[in-house]
Amino acid sequence: MIINHPILGPRDAQEFTYLGDASLLNRPDWQANDAADQFYNYQYLRDNPAGEHRELWFHEQGDRSWLVVTRNTVTHEISKVELASDVARKEGRSK
Amino acid sequence: MHNLKPITALGGNKAQIETIGTVTISECPDVSLTSVTARLGAEKTTATAFKKVLGIGFPKPMLSETKDNVTAFWTGPNQCFVEAPYATHETLAASLATSLENKTSVTEQSDGWVRFDLDGTDCFSVLERSCAADTPTMPMNGVTRTIIEHLGCFVLRRSDHHFSIYGPRSSAGSLHHALVATARSVLAQK
Repeated sequence: MIINHPILGPRDAQEFTYLGDASLLNRPDWQANDAADQFYNYQYLRDNPAGEHRELWFHEQGDRSWLVVTRNTVTHEISKVELASDVARKEGRSK
Repeated sequence: MHNLKPITALGGNKAQIETIGTVTISECPDVSLTSVTARLGAEKTTATAFKKVLGIGFPKPMLSETKDNVTAFWTGPNQCFVEAPYATHETLAASLATSLENKTSVTEQSDGWVRFDLDGTDCFSVLERSCAADTPTMPMNGVTRTIIEHLGCFVLRRSDHHFSIYGPRSSAGSLHHALVATARSVLAQK
């Protein structure tokens, strides 16, 4: 599988490691009243779609950047690759 | 008084140099290496200060910049390594940290890495069997990080047939063995 890195271009998937659902970017507020419930959801509850899935990949043997890869879990087709830092910034964090 | 002798990454008194076919694989211990990383939000000021101090621009992705005997190469977003001869730049990390006014993260890397140089017309045959990097199409100042023998390595192109490989120093022996074994199996029959 080839991942089209936004900075480096097409790179072999063996250079990457996989973390999981991109929702891991959205860590809950630890000071919220229902923080325990939110962290339970964040940590353990995941959707497991057959189809498009946004997931986190780490370019461990490359430039060490985190990527958000949109991949179809049925066909393995990759439709979008973004830097996780850009995604977080777009959502108003890590300015 | 202790009389300590410096040893190279491969454990010898002097650098190990081997010529196999047309390719010379040499250990290069005379390198001072430092990483420079811009802090969040300070990317532009770091690039400006970097240029002022070293006289070369902050390297662009997958490229290196050289002036005199100092080379800076890209290692990641807003991050690069600076290399220079150890004999003249032993205190590179400390002096960079001072001249960048401690506003940039500067870390000594010299003893973390080993450098092997491949020089010779058939070096592509060795490299294409060792790693996934497309070395023949790399620009003359191209840099990429990739896997060689399961080790994360930087591959730098210096000129037409001259490449440098930086790998983890603690695995210097394995990396050297991989390069030499590949070169022998490819070039010995020639």
